[in-house]
Amino acid sequence: MSVEAEVTTTGVKVELPKSYEDIKDLIRIDRLPHIWCPGCGLGILLKLLARAIKNSGIPIEKHVIVTGIGCTGRIGGYLKLDAYHVTHGRAIPFAVGLKMANPELEVTVVGGDGDILAIGGNHFIHAARRNDDINVIIVNNFIYGMTGGQYSPTTPKGAKTTTSPYGHFENPFNVPLLAYAAGASYVARWSVLHQNELYQALLDMFKVKGFAVVEVLSPCIIYTDRNAMGDAVDLMKVIKERSTIDHNANLSDIDIDFSMNKIILGNFVKRERPVSYR
Amino acid sequence: MAVAKALSVREELVKERLGLTSNYAAAYAVKAVDVDVIAAYPITPQTTIIEKLAEFVANGEVDAEYIPVESEHSALSAVVGASAAGARVFTATAAQGLEFMHEVLHIASGLRLPIVMAVPGRALSAPISIHGDYQDIMNARDSGWIMLIASSAQEVYDSIIMAYRIAEDSRVLLPVMVSYDGFLMSHTTEPVEIYHEEYVRKFTPRNLSRYRLDPRSPITIGVIASPEWYYEIKYQAIHALKESKSVIKEIHGEFNKFFGTNYDIIEKYMVDDADYVLITYGGASSGNAKEAAKRARERGLRAGVVRIRLFRPFPTEELVNAIKDAKVIAVIDRALTPGNTYEGPVFSDVITALYSSGVEKPVVSVVHGISQRTMLADDFYNLYKMLDEYAKTGEYPRRTVFMGLRT
Ligand SMILES: Cc1ncc(C[n+]2csc(CCOP(=O)(O)OP(=O)(O)O)c2C)c(N)n1
Ligand code: SF4
Ligand SMILES: [Mg+2]
Repeated sequence: MSVEAEVTTTGVKVELPKSYEDIKDLIRIDRLPHIWCPGCGLGILLKLLARAIKNSGIPIEKHVIVTGIGCTGRIGGYLKLDAYHVTHGRAIPFAVGLKMANPELEVTVVGGDGDILAIGGNHFIHAARRNDDINVIIVNNFIYGMTGGQYSPTTPKGAKTTTSPYGHFENPFNVPLLAYAAGASYVARWSVLHQNELYQALLDMFKVKGFAVVEVLSPCIIYTDRNAMGDAVDLMKVIKERSTIDHNANLSDIDIDFSMNKIILGNFVKRERPVSYR
Repeated sequence: MAVAKALSVREELVKERLGLTSNYAAAYAVKAVDVDVIAAYPITPQTTIIEKLAEFVANGEVDAEYIPVESEHSALSAVVGASAAGARVFTATAAQGLEFMHEVLHIASGLRLPIVMAVPGRALSAPISIHGDYQDIMNARDSGWIMLIASSAQEVYDSIIMAYRIAEDSRVLLPVMVSYDGFLMSHTTEPVEIYHEEYVRKFTPRNLSRYRLDPRSPITIGVIASPEWYYEIKYQAIHALKESKSVIKEIHGEFNKFFGTNYDIIEKYMVDDADYVLITYGGASSGNAKEAAKRARERGLRAGVVRIRLFRPFPTEELVNAIKDAKVIAVIDRALTPGNTYEGPVFSDVITALYSSGVEKPVVSVVHGISQRTMLADDFYNLYKMLDEYAKTGEYPRRTVFMGLRT
């Protein structure tokens, strides 16, 4: 279990595997090993994000990462970029301010389901409504990971968490539907298993003018442990077996319930709307 | 004789002796007093309180509504609403969470709602720190709440029980915050004697004689007060807070009698004949200070400790009385008031208290244990030696001493 703790460099020398050669210059190797649990999906996202930034066609020095608090929020600290680790929930307003001050920057928020949709939920819908020209990657691991596994706005009904020991009885957000309804220009949902598609979506996201949202399904062992779902790999298997790709899916029909019998992924929305600045 | 009686009282009241963290002790106290509504958002080092309560509620062991809201601002707002409707409520938070509640802290006291909240103290961002100190509650100190700072898990348990009696007393009607060391207490296990719930409930009968929302006799709560009235209404709350001290003392007395304990709004440790007194609050500081006082006494220094247990309203007379015969005093703050003449917030309170009584003393401001910077009993022992030095030379520091700071 990860606790909300500051990283201290361990002094252990870490070599990145060969598959990371192309993004070596974007990773803060001195900060490794990272804090994430074995099996956590966040490392995969880190790799893909770095790769997408590198190949975005936008100069690296124009990229900025803004994160709030949470396991997901730690992504910024491992990227050799301008990165801001702000208070829990406030990554979006911080990013909007940054973008307004210097519209040339490519500003990307990376946050957890709690960070972006619970404590920061109001910012999310209003930035989408205004169509602020920033990118938001929401790592949906169905739980507050960093604080040890309380239920979040995306925890499916029925799931066990420390605050719902016999099963959760509230309805979760359908994130793509919420983003679309609030006004986002771009909405996609992938999982860390779908590395190629997720990578492409991140590249797309950088091209969008307007509010771009990518929901990333990612295993958290605190969630799988509590719900007798095996380990992170088992959840990946479930995602592999049960997910279907449907770019034209009816967004009101793509909730993810506890059984995870139906997981719809895709690049759902791409539309042009006026953005919030001249 | 009195001790024997106290022991027998406890024999009857104590249900079991458990190994509990201060966070779990807080949860057990809330369970015992029978609350109606709990609302909270997780934050380290508070989270295990509300996880335990969620478990109690889910098990049917606590008959309450548990609302895991989407932020601390909502947590306090939700219990404000519930309390306004007459419910007995609880919430808990720390650090950034308490800061995020700040707007509503003033609403809770201004509306005179008997809310009880636990706060294991934690350092404030930026830079981010999850570790313990009392910067968070010091930022909340002017929000009109009654504030107790406990120094053991047992005291956390007992204080939360007392807090409901204090908050709901018709002469008080103010929210109460019960604080203690983040991590050093919130996450360390101590033996705690928990009481049979029937006794706790006997001690904390619901007092509903206050204005509350009731459709049978509608009232409006929280409306605007024009400048002709704002001042008077505000003064009532200020006055109630000041006057609450005598009620708090009275309830301490009743609690001691009922539960065979020995709490007071300040704790005095070997101060009666002490030349050198350390004033502390919380668990680690006070424990270290007592240990150091013992050592100092073994080496011939007349050392003592005063621990501030009731922080708001400030125990002015009690404190001045306890230290008026000391030669040199140091106040150890695990919190900061940046930009002030001295950076220790409670130091300033002590000076003000002495000034108000016309007592002039050399008092040293010491800051230590920020973001859980390790405090050693030796550090405190060295302080006694320093105080002895100051007494001999008549010279003492006129700025805050930042102990444990790397330079
Ligand atoms: C104002 C405030 N409240 C609460 C917290 C405690 N906190 C830190 S991370 C977190 C939730 C993390 O969940 P999520 O955003 O889903 O990120 P994950 O760890 O799952 O990636 C909480 C409640 C905080 N840091 N600040
Ligand atoms: S998200 Fe879950 S699996 Fe990943 S580091 Fe946090 S607690 Fe561990
Ligand atoms: Mg999460």
